[in-house]
Amino acid sequence: MSFASEALGAREVELLTAPSAPQAPLQRSRQRRRLRPWRVTILVLAGLFYLVPLLASVKFSLIDPSGAYSLSNFTYIFNNAPLRDALYTSLEIAGLTAILVVLLILPTAVLVQLKLPKLTIVMEAVTILPIVVPPIVLAAGLSEMQATAPLWLVKLVFNHPLTSLTPIYTVLAMPLVYRSVHNGLRAIDLHTLVDASRSLGCGWTSTILRVILPNVQTAVLGGMFLTIAMVLGEVVISSQLLYLTFPVDMIQVSQQDNSPGISVALTLVALAFTFLLLFSLTFLARRRGQQSTG
Amino acid sequence: MSDPAARTRRGIRLPFGARRGAGAPRGAARQRTGASRVAWLGMVPFLAFVALFLGGPLYVVIHGAFTTDSNRFTLSNFSEIFSQPVYTIALKNSAILALWTSVGPAIFGLWIAAAVVAGNPGSLLRRVISSASGVLAYFAGAPLAFVWIATVGNLGVVTVLLKNVLNFNLAQHFNIASISGVGIAYFYFQIPLMVIFITPALEGMRPEWEEAATNLGASRLSYLRLVVMPILAPSVIGATLMLFGSAFAAYATALALQGGTLDIIPGRINLALSNNVLPGQDRIAMALGAEMIVVVMVVMLGYWLVQRRAGMWLR
Repeated sequence: MSFASEALGAREVELLTAPSAPQAPLQRSRQRRRLRPWRVTILVLAGLFYLVPLLASVKFSLIDPSGAYSLSNFTYIFNNAPLRDALYTSLEIAGLTAILVVLLILPTAVLVQLKLPKLTIVMEAVTILPIVVPPIVLAAGLSEMQATAPLWLVKLVFNHPLTSLTPIYTVLAMPLVYRSVHNGLRAIDLHTLVDASRSLGCGWTSTILRVILPNVQTAVLGGMFLTIAMVLGEVVISSQLLYLTFPVDMIQVSQQDNSPGISVALTLVALAFTFLLLFSLTFLARRRGQQSTG
Repeated sequence: MSDPAARTRRGIRLPFGARRGAGAPRGAARQRTGASRVAWLGMVPFLAFVALFLGGPLYVVIHGAFTTDSNRFTLSNFSEIFSQPVYTIALKNSAILALWTSVGPAIFGLWIAAAVVAGNPGSLLRRVISSASGVLAYFAGAPLAFVWIATVGNLGVVTVLLKNVLNFNLAQHFNIASISGVGIAYFYFQIPLMVIFITPALEGMRPEWEEAATNLGASRLSYLRLVVMPILAPSVIGATLMLFGSAFAAYATALALQGGTLDIIPGRINLALSNNVLPGQDRIAMALGAEMIVVVMVVMLGYWLVQRRAGMWLR
């Protein structure tokens, strides 16, 4: 077993997309009854550990700078143009990254699985690298490139966060998407699907778009959602390269204006947003699972 | 297809191809002769992208670490970071921080994952926890800092509550911007990461193994000690190593909590990069970056070694 198959993103999406481990129902119910007290204890402790800060943040975010309860922290973003622009920038980067990484990974993963199975190891090693490399190291390399790049390159790439951050985030998102797509592809009979599609006269593009993609839809969406979450939370590289993305601006708001309530409110909104994205996916995965079995 | 070499190869491969249906063997033979070169061409966009946007910055860092400003080869950057106490202390802080923020969350995460796996796979609880783990593990480096401020910061809800109810001043005993304060905040994304890592290994434990052990007269304790522990140990160690790497590399929380001046290696890299006064500081930053790469590579090597053992039983 190669180590990349244990990489981060994969597991998450695997949890999301493949909920049923083969286990005898009798065994499970017996186990559950016996294990109940320790399970309850652990889950309650874990719940407290996570819910206390979360509820504290909700309370904190409802207190405005004057000390009274209001929603002003939540409406701040509507009145603050720079922060709103930063949010748009980040959402643009997140969307572009999610699309780009799928465009890059899906055909490559299909190709490796279908024609070059020997390269599976290479793919896994390559896609684990972005996890291994600390973001601050990438940031150091990038800021040196930014400082020494010729003018045309600066104009072409480094002048706008969209053109300079999207490729880097795409690389960072590759492990998340590759692992989930790879598992998705392994779960379907790729060879038969491709042979059938090709013999009916489909080109490669439409085979991937109309035959393979619908079959690995949940895996691809899972990877894309994790990518969006990653982009909306990344601060190390963007702040080092001096781009004002949404999370970077959130830090600045909390430090300069000395009003952490706004950042806390925005954090809660962003957390809820990414959680709902991933949570909705589990319903989709379940519905598809039921369709295929029954 | 009249090429004799292709025909023999087709003959050998037939048992595999036959499983895929009647049309497959011909395709299999074809892909092994001419078409594989085209298939290799298909790898170019992916490999070029990785080389450019991952290899590029890494090359710059490693190249910069070994050169002077006038582009001459030197080892002085490394002798600087290994002799100056500022940098050796940062390395020590980073290592200690990564150690306890990987072992602690590994223990808690293992228990939580076990409690979740023991339940119904399709349950609401399971789906909430798996979604929440994804969000917290991948999104929550910087945002968690704000949650942390709101909870135990100077005006945090818990701090205020403790002061009002118990007359206990938390701020005197605990500073969220200290290394230990940041470290405890790490728990909030390290534990979900552990849950994500270890769940597949726990799911791979077969109920048959417990039945077999019980039939052979094992008590629950001896089943745990003699069967579960040896099988899970490589996975748990591997996951803990990944957590170590993650904590060692983490910087977003520190950046958001106190502007990133924490005395850990990423903080030193940040300071060196933003220092425009002293010459050659960017080279120091890159030497520190190379040092981080080496540490993480060693951790990954260990991960790969234990993971090979984990693969023996699981899956």
